Amino acid sequence: MSTMQNLVNWIDDRFPMTKVWNEHLAQYYAPRNFNFWYFFGSLALLVLVNQILTGVWLAMMYKPSAADAFASIEYIMRDVEWGWLIRYMHSTGASAFFIVIYLHMFRGILYGSHKNPREMVWLFGVVIYVVMMATAFMGYLLPWGQMSFWGAQVIVNLFQAIPLVGEELSVWIRGDYVISDATLNRFFALHFLLPFILAALVFLHIVALHKVGSNNPDGVEIKKNKDENGIPKDGIPFHPYYTVKDIVGVVVFLMFFAGIIFFWPEANGYFIEKPNFEPANPLKTPEHIAPVWYFTPFYAILRAVPSFAGTQVWGVIAMGVSIVAFFLLPWLDKSNAKSHRYKGPLFKYALAIFVVTFAILGYLGVVSATADRTLVAQMLTLIYFGFFFLMPAYTRETSDKTTMTKIYFIVMAIATIATLYYWWLFDGGADGSMLVKLIVTAISAGHFLIFGVKPWLKPEQSKPVPERVTG
Amino acid sequence: MKKLIIALIMMVPGMLHAAGGGNIHLESAGINLDNDAAKQRGAKYFVNYCLNCHSLQYERWQRMQEFGLSLDDIREKLMPASAKPGDLMKIAMKPDDAKAWFGNPAPDLTLETRLRGEDWVYTYLKSFYLDDTRPFGVNNTVFDKVGMPHVLWELQGFNKPVYRFDVARSGHVEQSFESEAEAEAWIKEHGGDAEFKVNRVVDHLQTAVPGQLDEAEYDKVVRDIVTFMAYMAEPVKLERQRLGIWVLLFLAVLFVSAYLLKKEYWKDIH
Repeated sequence: MSTMQNLVNWIDDRFPMTKVWNEHLAQYYAPRNFNFWYFFGSLALLVLVNQILTGVWLAMMYKPSAADAFASIEYIMRDVEWGWLIRYMHSTGASAFFIVIYLHMFRGILYGSHKNPREMVWLFGVVIYVVMMATAFMGYLLPWGQMSFWGAQVIVNLFQAIPLVGEELSVWIRGDYVISDATLNRFFALHFLLPFILAALVFLHIVALHKVGSNNPDGVEIKKNKDENGIPKDGIPFHPYYTVKDIVGVVVFLMFFAGIIFFWPEANGYFIEKPNFEPANPLKTPEHIAPVWYFTPFYAILRAVPSFAGTQVWGVIAMGVSIVAFFLLPWLDKSNAKSHRYKGPLFKYALAIFVVTFAILGYLGVVSATADRTLVAQMLTLIYFGFFFLMPAYTRETSDKTTMTKIYFIVMAIATIATLYYWWLFDGGADGSMLVKLIVTAISAGHFLIFGVKPWLKPEQSKPVPERVTG
Repeated sequence: MKKLIIALIMMVPGMLHAAGGGNIHLESAGINLDNDAAKQRGAKYFVNYCLNCHSLQYERWQRMQEFGLSLDDIREKLMPASAKPGDLMKIAMKPDDAKAWFGNPAPDLTLETRLRGEDWVYTYLKSFYLDDTRPFGVNNTVFDKVGMPHVLWELQGFNKPVYRFDVARSGHVEQSFESEAEAEAWIKEHGGDAEFKVNRVVDHLQTAVPGQLDEAEYDKVVRDIVTFMAYMAEPVKLERQRLGIWVLLFLAVLFVSAYLLKKEYWKDIH
């Protein structure tokens, strides 16, 4: 026996090294039909590692104080060896993380990776997404530029809308009555801590995934079809097949990533916002405050919901629900098939409309609000919630309607009618143009009829799912 | 699916414009960041005309060695006697004094071209005009009610505005006239509606007092200043672009070998 083998044996007697390697890589059988969309899981892990490594190095030079933070970043950009590269890798990495995660989530919904038996994989994933948002939000304050300051001010002020405890809660979060040195210090501490919690959550995400096995574009459970050795007929060992395939994906991703870092690091004010080249000034409110692009769909929903009964809390609730809705997805999707390939047509339309809705809401969250834009944002908010809360209706395949289905239907019916009432009989949209008002009303009502009412008359029908994966 | 992806890609150009702002027409600065002579001249103008009120406090004097100035040049021609080459380019004026004299301390300019854009700074420096209502006797077409005097007046001279009178109804400009009387007459002709408003706007600038330089020479001076400022805003820009090409070339080679490796492993999967 070679020395190497002796060493491996020595370790294996004390730590399950070979066992873990086999269970999770060399003998972890993944479906052989992964396509383009399956690159984004490993890429997300790559970006997380990038953020942690560059972040630790930045923290060695960064000064988390209101007096020094801005200057310390310029010091990193100018005087620290390769500091500019580490900083651009981190700032570009933040946006890249969200791009990759949004595509990863889209893949999950497209092929039904949220459905039985992968609910826990999905839930850990959404928790990762929420923690990621918190991490990004706190990290965005650290450069202490104008947009850092005012963005944080706007978002923390949201907590003030909560009845009774809002005022005290927001002071507790900031540690002051405005965003200040105290806030910057605690945000830095949390921004440093949360990525390690993210890493732990990613571990749980993968543990849950390897318990149930990977889904695939056909939504076929490969474990149901094993050969005489107990190996799934449609499975191939993750290592080496998917490791070598993911390396190709990593290299292509790095080409885009390097392209931005070296040639377009500000990304036209989307990855590094221009007002952030001016130090935070509590006495000077910028003309236009917009969060970074990855938060803008939710920000647009927040702004779209009008105040009612003298409080703004409804917008905050809507924004909260728009994120929480992702947690409910496994139980909202009632179709028999997992993959869109075998689901009825309504799901495909709903998902396509949802993606476009999410993108346009993102755009509306970037630009300043006008009466017409607010009307469109309100319509899209309704469609956003329709995607989730009408899902039990448009994916249902039996004629019996469960209590929960009825509740979701009633909630969406009330929301649609209340919105139409608000546009036409209340003062809502009074400043908007008649044409926009007509169009958004027609689309909202049409959307509700197609995805809410039609499936009640004739339920959707999945196509039969093949036993083995195709292609 | 493909249609959806195409639709999403087509939305990108619209979104790219969203992050820009303002609707003031800006002239293109057209700088060449690689031009060391321009940066050196820009440094001289900047130190002479700007650095008394505006600091460049995130950068150091010695940085200017990168575009061909020797430490001795910097020491003798640019730096104040008390400074060291490794010092940050701060100013002696105290913020409280500046506030009393100008209403607001003059902002630090290290990142100005990244904050407002090179074209903005270029146009701004060319757009001062005489205005008796302002404390320093000048206003600016790209920065209305600016609190800064026309520091470069010796070079450019002074411009006076030629006004235009826009007749507007609910924010929409109906017609433009050279004099207020013509605009009023037009409104009378059209029923004298109270909704019509006459707005005086600066149409263009005209030389009132000639300076030492003609227009082309002055443009060149401003371009030199913007080139210097753009370099100091991100000194590593040229280096990162040069390096970026090698990184992409390396990744391209890596892609070919990674792809061949994948193909070799996957040939037995079917």
